[in-house]
Amino acid sequence: MCQSCGKGHKDLHVDLKQIKLKEKIDAYRGEAGSLIPVLQEAQDIYGYLPEETMKMVAKEMKIPVAEVFGVATFYSQFRFTPTGRNVIRVCMGTACHVRGGLKVLKALERELDIKAGETTGDGKFTLETVACIGACGLAPVISINNKVFGNLTSEMVPGILEKFE
Amino acid sequence: MQTLAYPCCEKCNHTASTPCRDYIKCRVEGPLCHDDPDCKQKRQDFLAKMYDPEGLTKQILICTGTGCVSSGSQRLIELVREELVKRNLDETVRVRSTGCHGFCEQGPIVIIEPDKTFYTKVKPSDITEIIETDIVGGNKVDRLLYRDPVSGESAVTYETVNFYAKQNRIILNNCGQINPERISQYMAKKGYQALEKVLQTMKPEEVIEEVKKAGLRGRGGAGFPTWLKWNLCRKAQGDKKYVICNADEGDPGAFMDRSVLEGDPHAVIEGMLIGAYAIGADEGYVYCRAEYPLAIERLKIAISQAEKNGLLGKNILNSGFNFHLKIKAGAGAFVCGEETALIASIEGKRGMPKVRPPYPAEKGLWGKPTNINNVETWANVPHILRNGADWYCQFGTPKSKGTKIFALTGKVNNTGLVEVPMGISLREIIFDIGGGIKGNHTFKAVQIGGPSGGCIPEELLDLPVDFDSLSEVGAMIGSGGLVILDDTTCMVDIARFFLTFTQKESCGKCTPCREGTKRMLEILTRITKGEGKPEDLENLETLAGVIKKTSLCGLGQTSPNPVLATLRYFREEYEIHIREKRCPAHACTALLQYHIDNEKCKRCGVCAKNCPVGCIFGDKNNPYEIDSQNCIQCHTCIDKCKFKAITVS
Repeated sequence: MCQSCGKGHKDLHVDLKQIKLKEKIDAYRGEAGSLIPVLQEAQDIYGYLPEETMKMVAKEMKIPVAEVFGVATFYSQFRFTPTGRNVIRVCMGTACHVRGGLKVLKALERELDIKAGETTGDGKFTLETVACIGACGLAPVISINNKVFGNLTSEMVPGILEKFE
Repeated sequence: MQTLAYPCCEKCNHTASTPCRDYIKCRVEGPLCHDDPDCKQKRQDFLAKMYDPEGLTKQILICTGTGCVSSGSQRLIELVREELVKRNLDETVRVRSTGCHGFCEQGPIVIIEPDKTFYTKVKPSDITEIIETDIVGGNKVDRLLYRDPVSGESAVTYETVNFYAKQNRIILNNCGQINPERISQYMAKKGYQALEKVLQTMKPEEVIEEVKKAGLRGRGGAGFPTWLKWNLCRKAQGDKKYVICNADEGDPGAFMDRSVLEGDPHAVIEGMLIGAYAIGADEGYVYCRAEYPLAIERLKIAISQAEKNGLLGKNILNSGFNFHLKIKAGAGAFVCGEETALIASIEGKRGMPKVRPPYPAEKGLWGKPTNINNVETWANVPHILRNGADWYCQFGTPKSKGTKIFALTGKVNNTGLVEVPMGISLREIIFDIGGGIKGNHTFKAVQIGGPSGGCIPEELLDLPVDFDSLSEVGAMIGSGGLVILDDTTCMVDIARFFLTFTQKESCGKCTPCREGTKRMLEILTRITKGEGKPEDLENLETLAGVIKKTSLCGLGQTSPNPVLATLRYFREEYEIHIREKRCPAHACTALLQYHIDNEKCKRCGVCAKNCPVGCIFGDKNNPYEIDSQNCIQCHTCIDKCKFKAITVS
């Protein structure tokens, strides 16, 4: 079965994600400095940056593959492995640090049995740390799928995780 | 929907593309192109309906900044709307979503106008009571009013809340008052009148002169005079020039730029328009960090509204001035806050700083003269041009004019955004506005300026906060993050925290920054583990000196500051870690040992039940004990014990 479109054909492989990305690249064509926005679009489509996709971006945009890799690996927003269904970002900002952000991170690591940067075996959660979410008034905070949870204690962690499928 | 741009009658045939001299002002105070009391009334009625509380019995303002949204304010808006419809009040009472009020910890914040009633921490279940008691009954819901942490008294209006009463909100004034997604509300607050004045009556040189007279200095960190930057760029050779708004607010602990973009995006756009006109630029970028999705969204809406109203694009207000504005989303790199790295990032490259000179003012984006200011600096510009430099100069000190927004966070009672005149003392900010230290703890230090700044101890709290006094004591205003530290914060740990950050964010171009911060971090980590050596402090100072002198950009040059400042004022704490292998603040977990006091222990077993690693043993007959080999110092047992039987040493 075709992995991309879910249909039962074998030979005529149509990669819908690739088509979508090509459309995006076409929209940026001719605009200077568009590599980063294109990579952001690619990550939105795939959830991460597969090696093949970066090669395709390089070819389409006529930029050396090495440069695409160089740019992608420089910025912390880009990932190179698939994420879980829910992405947890733990804020490591100063306000969160002094108000016990590390304890929240440790509680998440314990609860999910993974370290920061890893994904759970069942693909449910990816745990990441970020420099600052900018919700310092509510420290310590985490965000799950961009929804912010504030004023946390380690005891609140299991209850929050329960809400996610 | 009718907008402010509509003509009042056939006599007013001015549009944004064929504006009269006072087109913007005319929309708000007008009409000015012809004299007709009826038309004037029509405009005023429209304004009143749109913005002014008059004509409506009450307005309910609900904050939709990131802080309040995460505390559930979106749901409140829906509930209030439903409730008003249910009671047939939706014609006379208006619900408005606003930008950030800056008092995020008390969120979601709900304000009732025109009474200025200030409700805090409002929950969905409170809505019926607010409508019933306040909107219908005209009484206050006492339990939702803000209670002062020091006096214990409740404040009815936001004007009487100490947190606001002692501030001087100019830049933040619109935030929390207007709907940031409606350009007409910004215009009703005299928005874009500065642009109109500049385009109709001032030469570019006069604009720069006014900014010079106002003494505006960059709010992004270094405090470089804004007019000088503009002038250099204006005088640079080339017919194509750019202006950039640096919204890559990366300092952990600072979020004022996010709030301004979310709460008053048009002020930034207007500032950039004025700057572009003064410099002679026709294209601009806002470089915003990707971690701020709401700010990017609001900015997109604001740009498209400004374009529709003829305030961005070609021949703005028929003045011949063209300006196009685009948004570039960052991709998560702290170093991109540095201007040459930011430019590289817009160009689609790795965001690594370049050697200056040439400065961006001569050779910036795509090799063209470019002027970069940060969000708060741009937001200051319309105020200066609209009210004049003399008005602006009444705030602040002779060398640091105007106000500055600080993000007050950490172990302080009132956390949030605070806008104060330059020159105010740290003590006033922390104790008067911030309401003092949280809980039964004592003040230890204030960390100012993020990873480039330093820690200021209690004895220096009366220092005026301006660009120059702070740098004399080894700190800097930086982006304006103020993190309050109390007796439970370890200064070695704080230094290590910042160095972990800069070490991770170092782009790797310069060896001293790349390798030096790593070596310093290794030493600090050793000290916090109780493995420090007597020569460590000297080594730290030597390394810090080399990194400061030999790094290319601000990130490297200032990265040792948190270590140097803590060494300067809290050297003893370092020495105790090294000499006695203990952490006086009980923060360095590797140096902590947990004990159960058998006399206080009631053998209830709660600690053992909650211990995540199961290292507490005992039962009704045998005293409980902690296996310190397996203990992960998570503090859970202490938090859970009702009898305070567990101690740390």
